[in-house]
Amino acid sequence: MDAAALTLLALSLPFLGALVAPLLTRLLGHNAAWLLALFPAAIVLHFLRFWPEVARGEIVTGGYEWIPSFNVSFSWLIDGLSLTFVLLIAGIGALIVLYSGGYLKGHPQQGRFFSFILMFMGSMLGLVASDSFLMLFVFWELTSITSFLLIGFDHSREAARRAALQALVVTGGGGLFLLAGLLIIWNVTGVTQLSLLSSFGAEMRESPFYLAALLLVLGGAFTKSAQFPFHFWLPNAMEAPTPVSAYLHSATMVKAGVYLLMRLNPVLGGTTEWQMLLPLFGGTTLVIGAVLACRQTDLKLMLAYTTMASLGLLVMLTGLGFPHAIEAAALYLVAHSLFKGALFMVAGIIDHETGTRDVTRLGGLRSAMPLTFVIALAAALSMGGLPPFFGFLAKEEIYYALAGPDRRAMVFAALAILGNALMFAVAFAVALKPFVGARVETPRPAHEAPLLLWLGPALLAAKGLSAALLSDLTHELVSTPMATAIAGAPRQVTISVIPHVGVPLALSLATALLGIVFYLNLSRLRSFVATILADIGWGPDRGFDQFMRGLVRFSVALTRRLQSGRLDVYMTTTFVVVAAVLWGAPLYYGELPNAPFFAGDVPLHELAIMAIAVIGLLAVVLAADRLTAIVSLGIQGFAVAVIFLLYGAPDLAFTQFMIETLSVVVLALVMTRLRLSPSDHRPLGQKIPDLAVALACGLGFGLMLLKVTGIPFDASLTEFFNLYSKTIAHGANVVNVIIVDFRGTDTLGEIAVVMITGLAILSLVRLRAGSMRRIADNDPDAEDRA
Amino acid sequence: MKSLIFRAVAPFLTSLMVLFSIFVLLRGHNEPGGGFIGGLIAVSALAIYGIACGVETVRRAIYFHPMAIAGAGLFAATIAGLISMAARVPFMTGLWIYPSLLGVEVPLSTVTLFDCGVYLVVVGAISSIALSLEERGGE
Amino acid sequence: MEAWFALLVGIFFTVAIYLLLSKSIIRVLLGVAILGNGVNLLIFTGGRLTRGVPPVIPEGADALAGPAANALPQALILTAIVISFSFFAFLLVLAWRAYEELSTDNTDEMRVAEPQDEPAPPLGY
Repeated sequence: MDAAALTLLALSLPFLGALVAPLLTRLLGHNAAWLLALFPAAIVLHFLRFWPEVARGEIVTGGYEWIPSFNVSFSWLIDGLSLTFVLLIAGIGALIVLYSGGYLKGHPQQGRFFSFILMFMGSMLGLVASDSFLMLFVFWELTSITSFLLIGFDHSREAARRAALQALVVTGGGGLFLLAGLLIIWNVTGVTQLSLLSSFGAEMRESPFYLAALLLVLGGAFTKSAQFPFHFWLPNAMEAPTPVSAYLHSATMVKAGVYLLMRLNPVLGGTTEWQMLLPLFGGTTLVIGAVLACRQTDLKLMLAYTTMASLGLLVMLTGLGFPHAIEAAALYLVAHSLFKGALFMVAGIIDHETGTRDVTRLGGLRSAMPLTFVIALAAALSMGGLPPFFGFLAKEEIYYALAGPDRRAMVFAALAILGNALMFAVAFAVALKPFVGARVETPRPAHEAPLLLWLGPALLAAKGLSAALLSDLTHELVSTPMATAIAGAPRQVTISVIPHVGVPLALSLATALLGIVFYLNLSRLRSFVATILADIGWGPDRGFDQFMRGLVRFSVALTRRLQSGRLDVYMTTTFVVVAAVLWGAPLYYGELPNAPFFAGDVPLHELAIMAIAVIGLLAVVLAADRLTAIVSLGIQGFAVAVIFLLYGAPDLAFTQFMIETLSVVVLALVMTRLRLSPSDHRPLGQKIPDLAVALACGLGFGLMLLKVTGIPFDASLTEFFNLYSKTIAHGANVVNVIIVDFRGTDTLGEIAVVMITGLAILSLVRLRAGSMRRIADNDPDAEDRA
Repeated sequence: MKSLIFRAVAPFLTSLMVLFSIFVLLRGHNEPGGGFIGGLIAVSALAIYGIACGVETVRRAIYFHPMAIAGAGLFAATIAGLISMAARVPFMTGLWIYPSLLGVEVPLSTVTLFDCGVYLVVVGAISSIALSLEERGGE
Repeated sequence: MEAWFALLVGIFFTVAIYLLLSKSIIRVLLGVAILGNGVNLLIFTGGRLTRGVPPVIPEGADALAGPAANALPQALILTAIVISFSFFAFLLVLAWRAYEELSTDNTDEMRVAEPQDEPAPPLGY
């Protein structure tokens, strides 16, 4: 198996895992997690092989052709950025699978849950590994869909259904913006591969479509990464089971938007618009998210809002354009995935073991859950940015980037200090408060979590420590290649865990001090924020409800208007459009046929036949009783058959004779049952407009035919058949040769249609009376009641 | 239909028409005719028989259910197309052989088989329609 | 002679569409049957008219030389005739069954699929 095939296999492994997950869970119960975690583990192992090349700054690409005519390929791009993401997704994914094994132990749908989680993992891996735009977009939307399934996992609750739909509408809608943006980039640069795109940066930035492309891409990235004002779906997504929150809504999926911005930074970045929009939205999201986090008492919601704040910080750093800002973003992204994933899992453990997630109803769990306490503390120290954890490195690098002298840097430094201090307070409110102080009675008696539950967060917290202690190795393998890939130019990360005296350290200390002040006054802060929010009284979350309700009402109104449910309205609309098309085009282009010339080249007997046909037609319209109508219908049909016979089409004539005979027979048979009068009961006021529409269509078709016969005839097809039906197909009757040989496949389809109508009529005739009325009620519950 | 003459003549008329329909089917490749026309002639024959002697008699006379005949026809037509694929030419390419039966060269082809399939589908499906309507109409 | 045919086709379409627009199901059916003939004539005339000579290659010749009727539209129409008959028969039976079940031949009153007082969909999630 060559390297490309192996990578393809690695990328499809999660989907294979999703296939077998329900079966394995049925066989092994929650212990299936151990086996299923091997899938992401194998992916980690496979991608580790790229590490030496990527650490050297090389870019590995590979793939297969998909739609060559559109220049679309199924190809992947492994560089510092995507490799870090792949390892985070697969690595944390393996831990999450284990954690879900413990968290949803005994849940009747645990197998389905594993399946969803693995499908999401596959989509996310595909997203960050894709090289081609189309693949990126497909996987982008796949993550939205799998996220919808996971948020709505507990589908019996309305809140979960609402949150799932909300996430799908917001992120899926954002995906459409992204698609439009990518199409513009494709049009401007002419390439569909991300790996080729970086050399077109200047071309893209100078294009008149730059701003449109930028805004559309930002629309995709901001919705996915929950930037204000599209942030509201993220806290609602906490309706999902905790493993989902830890995995999708902190460590991976919400980072997809940030990933996209980082990936496109060499192409779209560096402009005034970029450096204005990203820090503006990112900074706003950072502060709003951090402030809103203080108001919550639910552990998961507190973490969700700080995730939103962290995403804001990442977007801000990506867009700033300061030296070291990119490096800081790279470091913070990795640190955040590690500590936030761990903290979410800790919150899940507390919920699982005590029965509540409300921080005001928790306390003194230290003695009952010592191991969880240690894990939580380690993660919180990293989140608070204290040494010797990885979060400290990230925070130092952030302040290193923001400690510039100009006013712009100072504004963002102030924003960062405020946001970080609030997050510091929330981190310890989550990780310290429930464990210290007096013991509070919880719905369930607290005890230490089982192995499957604590293993994941413990490993993540340990990773946060070891990555910081071995900072040189971490930088060489992860931070430097990643920063280089984001910047599109060589970068070097050197920061270490040993504090250097300087402005960044001073800012860090200020953050910590401010954080402690916030932590001590958290309840006062909470009520203050709650008062302000109550005064505002409206948020995008409520706006979403209003939007959805308006959408439903609008569609109902539109549908009622367009689909009146009356056949004659549909028919009239159809034929008015037909008439408009028939008349509109020739009138617009001045292509009306010349005045018809009724030449005398038609002998009298042919005119007589035509006259008979017309008499038959008029008799059908005016018939007052059934027999007249049937006979008149037969007359016009036979007249047509005679016309066919006169104009060299004996085959048609015979067929028409036979068919008309049969038509008259079956019509007579059914008419005797129907006992309906074929005469017209409509008032004159209806007849006249109908006649006008019919006349317009009829005249239109006549004019079209006149025009068509007026232009020279291209007989090449007919000549082909005339020439070859004897020599190739061994038949002298050209019509029959066309039917059964030249166009045989067509005829095969047609006799299949005849056969199907036969079957349909047979079943209609056999339907017993009354059975249709039951179908008509269309009430699925009726069957259950019966 | 109560006419005695009609009832007496109908079986002969029907058999003649069915024979004629097969003749039309087989000559269709070189003269006006073919599966569609032949099939329709046969259906008319059955319809006349049904009006004269009742639907039950017709159903007994043709032995198979009409839709089964149509199904066999569709099957034959599809097989005619697939034979070409087995011979490694595109679907529906006409193949001809000229075996000698009793000293007479008989041209046989997948195209003929296909036309017979058309004939059977038309006979089966449309006679099924006509017969089921005659049945209900007579109630 | 095309002008005569254009006129004839126009009359076929006018009558067919006038019948289709009425609300009585029987008249709609008759309209469908006539529309089929009208369309066939339209295609037939569009392939140009040649009087009398069917497109059959004479004995001994290898190709059809000299003027003959256009075979291609004939092949198209031949299958179209059979299909439109099956379709017509299906509609006929459908109409008859609908009349039996719903006791009306007025298409305005046949509203099983789209009832007049359909409740609005729920606004919740």
